[in-house]
Amino acid sequence: MADEHGNVPQYPDENFFGNLLEDRRLFLKQTMAIAGLTLTPISFLKATGQEEDELPVGDEEKVQLTIQINGKRRKLSVDPRTTTLDLLREKLLLTGTKKGCDFGQCGACTIFIDGQRLLSCLSLAVMQHGKKITTIEGLHQGESLHPMQEAFVKHDSFQCGYCTPGQIMSAVSCIREGCAGSEDEIRSYMSGNLCRCGAYPNIVSAILDVKSSGQKV
Amino acid sequence: MIKQIDTTSENNSLDRVDGRVKVTGTATYSAEYSFANLVHAVLITSTIAKGHITQIDSKEAETISGVLAIVSHLNSPGVPGYGTAKQPPERAGMGTSFRVFYDSLIYFSGQPIAMVLAETLEQANYAASLVKVTYHIEKHQTNFEENLSKAYISPGVLRNKNSPFQDYIRGDRDALDKSKFKIEATYTIPTQHHQPMEPHAIIAVWEAADKLTVYDKNQGVKSAQGNLAQAFKIPRENVKVNAQFIGGAFGSGIRVWPHTVAAVLAAKMLNRPVKLVLGRELMFSSVGYRPYTVQKVSMGADSDGLLTAIVHEGIGQTSSYEEHLERTILASRVMYDCPNVSTKYRLLSLDANTPTWMRGPGDASGMFALECALDELAFDLKIDPLTMRLRNYANHDLERNLPWSAKGLKECYELGAEKFGWKNRSHEVRSMRKDGMLIGYGMASSLYGFHRHPSKARVVMLANGTVIVQSATMDIGPGTGTAMTSIAARVLGISPDKIRFELGDSSLPDAPGQNGSSTIPSVGAAVHVACEALKKKLTELGDAMPGSDTASYADILKFHKLPELEVTEESRSGPERDQYSMYSFGCHFVEVHVSLVTGETRVKRVVTCADVGKIINYKTARSQSIGGVVGGIGMALMEESVMDHRYGRYVTSDFASYHIPVHSDIPQIDVLYVDKADTLANPIGAKGLGEIAIVGVAAAVANAVFHATGKRIRSLPINVEKLI
Repeated sequence: MADEHGNVPQYPDENFFGNLLEDRRLFLKQTMAIAGLTLTPISFLKATGQEEDELPVGDEEKVQLTIQINGKRRKLSVDPRTTTLDLLREKLLLTGTKKGCDFGQCGACTIFIDGQRLLSCLSLAVMQHGKKITTIEGLHQGESLHPMQEAFVKHDSFQCGYCTPGQIMSAVSCIREGCAGSEDEIRSYMSGNLCRCGAYPNIVSAILDVKSSGQKV
Repeated sequence: MIKQIDTTSENNSLDRVDGRVKVTGTATYSAEYSFANLVHAVLITSTIAKGHITQIDSKEAETISGVLAIVSHLNSPGVPGYGTAKQPPERAGMGTSFRVFYDSLIYFSGQPIAMVLAETLEQANYAASLVKVTYHIEKHQTNFEENLSKAYISPGVLRNKNSPFQDYIRGDRDALDKSKFKIEATYTIPTQHHQPMEPHAIIAVWEAADKLTVYDKNQGVKSAQGNLAQAFKIPRENVKVNAQFIGGAFGSGIRVWPHTVAAVLAAKMLNRPVKLVLGRELMFSSVGYRPYTVQKVSMGADSDGLLTAIVHEGIGQTSSYEEHLERTILASRVMYDCPNVSTKYRLLSLDANTPTWMRGPGDASGMFALECALDELAFDLKIDPLTMRLRNYANHDLERNLPWSAKGLKECYELGAEKFGWKNRSHEVRSMRKDGMLIGYGMASSLYGFHRHPSKARVVMLANGTVIVQSATMDIGPGTGTAMTSIAARVLGISPDKIRFELGDSSLPDAPGQNGSSTIPSVGAAVHVACEALKKKLTELGDAMPGSDTASYADILKFHKLPELEVTEESRSGPERDQYSMYSFGCHFVEVHVSLVTGETRVKRVVTCADVGKIINYKTARSQSIGGVVGGIGMALMEESVMDHRYGRYVTSDFASYHIPVHSDIPQIDVLYVDKADTLANPIGAKGLGEIAIVGVAAAVANAVFHATGKRIRSLPINVEKLI
């Protein structure tokens, strides 16, 4: 498990990400075996006289996963009920990804999965096996900030800072997906990321600034 | 050797000192501290609004792997400070007056009644779903409008002759009847919720049997420290409250709520750290809200628009177990130059949780009514709304008969009207159109009282010339650390990047909680005087050494062989506080476009202007003003907590149903300041900004909607149903 800094022991699994398909089959075999215990169809349970709410969902049933997170390969053992968001925050101590609503309504938990935006509260950790996750902590390299992070500081695009990681991840995607052509286009694209402090005008300014600077995001 | 540091203008103000940690996701909020043996807690809350619990069946839940305990009134070891008296309906204070897991009584839907403690969040959540609670249900009252006749004067107010909530009358009580022109209207503000993006959260750790540390989302580490010490009957200094980063609060974190006590209680029971994070749904029933308010305003004027009478009566919501009072009707006594004013304030108890202060508490509600009413009267008299306000400009405080310490409202009106292009407004409604949209211009004034509390700051200069400034103040978002760094840099004449400001820790020098726009006036003043004192010491030390003209602070410390130099100073209001009336003032100008077909209302342009004394750091101040306007647009156009009165439960319990403004709802916003020091207020001449930023915004939007459509919507929010 993770140490106090959120680092997880590394596993020498060099071929894993280059050999996704094969590993995915292995993954399915493993999870199916476990799912056999936990996800038995209700009709079968009824036939054997078991009640639906007697499904065994104890802590013993863990699923083994390997996920690349912010460039680090991590082998993990997770409760199948764990969301991607809770995996990041509670198990890996990557708390930059925020839980604002847990229902996919606020955007604070936005991360990249294989480069695509995803609301991490709306997916299960087990769905990320073999995938590459980028969180806010992995957006910049070393000491220098990502251009969007720089722009957020420059334009004061936040106050409390809680929605900020999600706003930044969406803002990067906004430009990457070619939706930062005008203020209105940006506003429309970014409307899934709520900010209660009301930093919206400054967020739009930051995105426009990065877009017009032509920097690679 | 002292450099001039100026952060007050647009071009040279500071970036947020905690900007880097916030944009890289490394700022640590309350739920984000890690502990090896952390226990996860999940609350179970009442599904009825009134009655009592007859049974809690947790047998099945207890069998779930990882479950450590299920706490309720049946097995709670008790909170030592709760006492045994019946829950009294007393004025809601800062304390923990609602007693969690105390008895079987239910006061509101969503009341915490049990808590599952487990090794993981998944286990706790699952086990919580298995706990079965049965109730004896009593008939509840949650409908404000249906219970209006039960409004009452708070007994606490009746007992206190000095209470501002006593019935008030000034001048001629028959003035309204004698007025040549008059209007009377009733304005309704529904329940609205703070809903900061970070849900309330706490990690409670008992370091020893009588020593507690909490990482808690709140707006005042010192008051939380006092409340928890009282609740658990341990010495105040044995409680450490840590709140380094707060993900917004807007008033929801001023009190210590029952869930906080529940987590501390659980940590004590298990002797392990316990983490409790409220889900978004529980944020609607656990941490207060802006009370439902009905206000009747009657206003009289002569044919020139000079006010002859204001009668303002307000009824605000409270709970059955506490009284929450707020300033709703008070602004009407001071805002305008009207000789004859009367106000009344009543409460209405409902079977819901207690409301609390929400951004611009009382004044945001009261000024909605007052500023809409004045707009109505101006329209009837065919007087421009801005002219109407200028004609009734109060040159002193008529309520207390005191001069203002400073009032730059006229400058606000001028700056704002010029920037907005107010002169292009035509008086008639539905008179301005563009692209199939009705265009409306509206404006409103704002005010907010000046709050300054005794505060301390410690300043330490280290051997290398860097400075640490400390105070137990908070930052719920406005940028406290940035403003304080700016103040310290200016006084000491050193670069802001050599200064570190520490806050959010109850072991630091005394400071008030972050509420009532009191942080800059109080803590800013303390930082200022502490830095002045340090500078004086350094100057004296410098004078006592050769070559002092060119010596740096580090040289001075080195010469005197001092590893560091420290001062702690306190700052508090002087006699000026009683000799002058102190307020912040401002105004907002709003342009709305309303669709002729659908009634959809879009705010297209806002100019907001404030006189809050000297601006400390322009960049962060501007963001705070913008935030207030955004909150006001939400209040005006969309925010409404809707209750299903059959169950006494909110049906708007998430962001899909409780609408707050999103990117698409908010245009660019122009922010202007008068930026003149109010030297009577405090040594830095700065007044608070957070609250006034929202006050009056909803009225300006409503007035603009009236100008666009000719429809006067007096019940917020102004949604499509009300316009078509």
